[in-house]
Amino acid sequence: MIDTNREIDPSGTPLLQVRSVRKAYRSGGGMLEVLRGVDFEVEPAGFVSVIGQSGSGKSTLLHLMGLLDAPDSGEVHLAGTRIDNLPTARRDRLRNTDIGMVFQAYHLLPELSALENVLSPLLVRFSIADWFRHKADARRRAESLLERFGLGGRLHHKPRQLSGGEMQRVAIARALVGQPRLLLADEPTGNLDEASGAGILEALCELNRSDGLSIVLVTHDQSIARRADRIVRLVAGRVENV
Amino acid sequence: MYTLLLCWRYLRTRWIALASVISVTLGVATMIVVNAVMAGFAHEMQSRIHGILSDLVFESHSLSGFQDPAWHMEEIRRAGGDDIEGMTPTAAVPAMLNFQVRGQWVTRQIMLIGIDEKTHAQVSDFGRYLQHPDNRRQLSFDLRDGGYDTIDSQTDGQQVATRPALEGAGWPHRRMRVERERAWRQRQAELQAGEQAGGVDPRGSGPVRPVDHQVDAVLAATSPAVTADGDANTAPPGELPPTAPVDPFRAAKPEEGRSFDPAKEQFTGIVPGIGLASFRDSEGIDRFLVLPGDDVKITFPTAATPPKAVTDTYTVVDFYESKMSEYDSNFVFVPIEQLEKARGMIDPQTGLASVNSIQIKLRPGADLEEVRDRLRESFPADMYAVSSWKDKQGPLLSAVDMEMAVLNILLFMIVAVAGFGILAIFFMIVVEKTRDIGILKSLGASSSGVAGIFLGYGLFLGLVGAGAGLALGLGITWNINRIRVLVEWCTGERVFDPSIYYFFRIPTIVDPWTIAWIIAGAVGIAVAASVLPALRAARLHPVEALRHD
Repeated sequence: MIDTNREIDPSGTPLLQVRSVRKAYRSGGGMLEVLRGVDFEVEPAGFVSVIGQSGSGKSTLLHLMGLLDAPDSGEVHLAGTRIDNLPTARRDRLRNTDIGMVFQAYHLLPELSALENVLSPLLVRFSIADWFRHKADARRRAESLLERFGLGGRLHHKPRQLSGGEMQRVAIARALVGQPRLLLADEPTGNLDEASGAGILEALCELNRSDGLSIVLVTHDQSIARRADRIVRLVAGRVENV
Repeated sequence: MYTLLLCWRYLRTRWIALASVISVTLGVATMIVVNAVMAGFAHEMQSRIHGILSDLVFESHSLSGFQDPAWHMEEIRRAGGDDIEGMTPTAAVPAMLNFQVRGQWVTRQIMLIGIDEKTHAQVSDFGRYLQHPDNRRQLSFDLRDGGYDTIDSQTDGQQVATRPALEGAGWPHRRMRVERERAWRQRQAELQAGEQAGGVDPRGSGPVRPVDHQVDAVLAATSPAVTADGDANTAPPGELPPTAPVDPFRAAKPEEGRSFDPAKEQFTGIVPGIGLASFRDSEGIDRFLVLPGDDVKITFPTAATPPKAVTDTYTVVDFYESKMSEYDSNFVFVPIEQLEKARGMIDPQTGLASVNSIQIKLRPGADLEEVRDRLRESFPADMYAVSSWKDKQGPLLSAVDMEMAVLNILLFMIVAVAGFGILAIFFMIVVEKTRDIGILKSLGASSSGVAGIFLGYGLFLGLVGAGAGLALGLGITWNINRIRVLVEWCTGERVFDPSIYYFFRIPTIVDPWTIAWIIAGAVGIAVAASVLPALRAARLHPVEALRHD
């Protein structure tokens, strides 16, 4: 199997800790404070929903957890290690090995086939020489993931040839191919019809139950949020536990 | 790995980007063709110049030259050693050439060069440039009995206008002309005799002198010229102009104390440059004012102080055609002994002759500059100058180099402009791919990796553009003469007129180093143009990039 090269030793608990994180964006003339001291935890194999109105800062929180952005103040810890202030190269690496992300708009690369999209985190991970060493392994893994999500027959289709539900399943397979510890999903069902959305949600729950994958699901939909073990409500940049 | 894959995918899905490299292709192709042709022209010119001049020229600073060339040549051989292959003395003096064309005296400024007919062709390509095949083998200042080339011998068998005027040149032309002049002379004498008998002498001239050889000789020297189409040969005698009433050259005598028959004898032979004796008309046909067999007059200064002007009559025996108009319309070659004698360059006490310079040919592979410097050390610099053929033509050669450099800079601008095209297109692609860049970053791609995609893209486009340009450029260069023929056939106009350039095919030289530089430059520009878009891509903030639509 593929060596995931964990950057952080998984002995510590909780898996993810967000400590009094603040984040403000420049908006027009002044600063718009989106997060005003958020504290939040995800235990190993936990499934947490973050719920809130549009603009409550839930996507920003997700980006901070996914190391796509850095907090103005506060800390983000992964398995007991502070990760928000790591050098860029290590943050890039962590994003690749420990965190999987799923977006509302799928965010697949249009030039690549479904299989190649799923392989892309591994393409990013390995240098050219390493890639050829791991290629067969990676391919097998990506194929089995796609088959698991019922896309065994669509390996070589381009994203534009897939339906929304299929694209989101490819995106989830992509998030999982690098064997992350944490899956961050940003409104994964937001662009889908009810049936497809339900399918995606079912797949996430299944991953959490059988594989023990920790999931943070951001949504504005109460009914979807209820599928999680725990719901965290963001109101005006602060957490209200439910 | 993703860098390569995505770079390749973007290429495969964005052929339009290749449009931006077409200008790179064209720029590279143009540079290759222009460089090859210019190098060809420069090489052709250099070889011409080198063919005219010998490898080294040893000369005195004064116009009256130095005495005893044999001793100097020995000294040069001692200094130069094995590197010297051949030597020949020459004497040069500025002079005036006079000949009559249809009654008009034509005067040309020339450089009269005394050469040794046996050895001169050994030190340079002089022999190759003559019009009679026997003279090309071994120059003789004796008039040949016809057989001059009617087709330029330096054309490599290309289709060019012939020179029918040279058909009868030589002794046949000379005999015919003398005959005609005698007939005209006789007729004039008869007419004048008739007028005197009638008691009316409109010109008030004295009694007509008998037509003797002396007059014939003078007439021969001042004969009307024959044009290329030969119509003067067939013109009625009445159209021929009379000898000028006051002939400044009447004093010229061929050889003292002996009668001279111009139909059987000649004056000292000379070989003028073909540009002095002919011109090329609008159809590219050479029209001759003077032909081998005609007599001309040359006025030059003596070696005395102050110099006196001396005029002598000479017979044209051949033409010199180096294809360098500067020389072809300036040089006139005479036997060196004759020139030394006529200018008084022979010391009456010692009998030693003076020459202006010694032309030296070096053994193939000898170091031109090194031998030149060795000779410079061996002779006092205040009396002698030793220069190589390159030194002699230094300004011209450096002007050509300069021209090439400027042209290259200008052409490289074209490639640079292409670079800005690439820059613009890449910026567009980066904007279009902003979200993909965000996705890649969310997958853990580093900024340098993202930049690598676009740099690799630029490198690939540069390579493709330069490669296509290389193929196109070499294709054009190697087939340039065929293309020229095709273009001429299509347009009906002469693209490359040999009468202007004196070459009969476009010369090209492909220099691998020049091509390497051009390719490297073009690829470099393509990569440089992709640096800015690549940096922009690398600096994109992942969150904002992901939000981009």
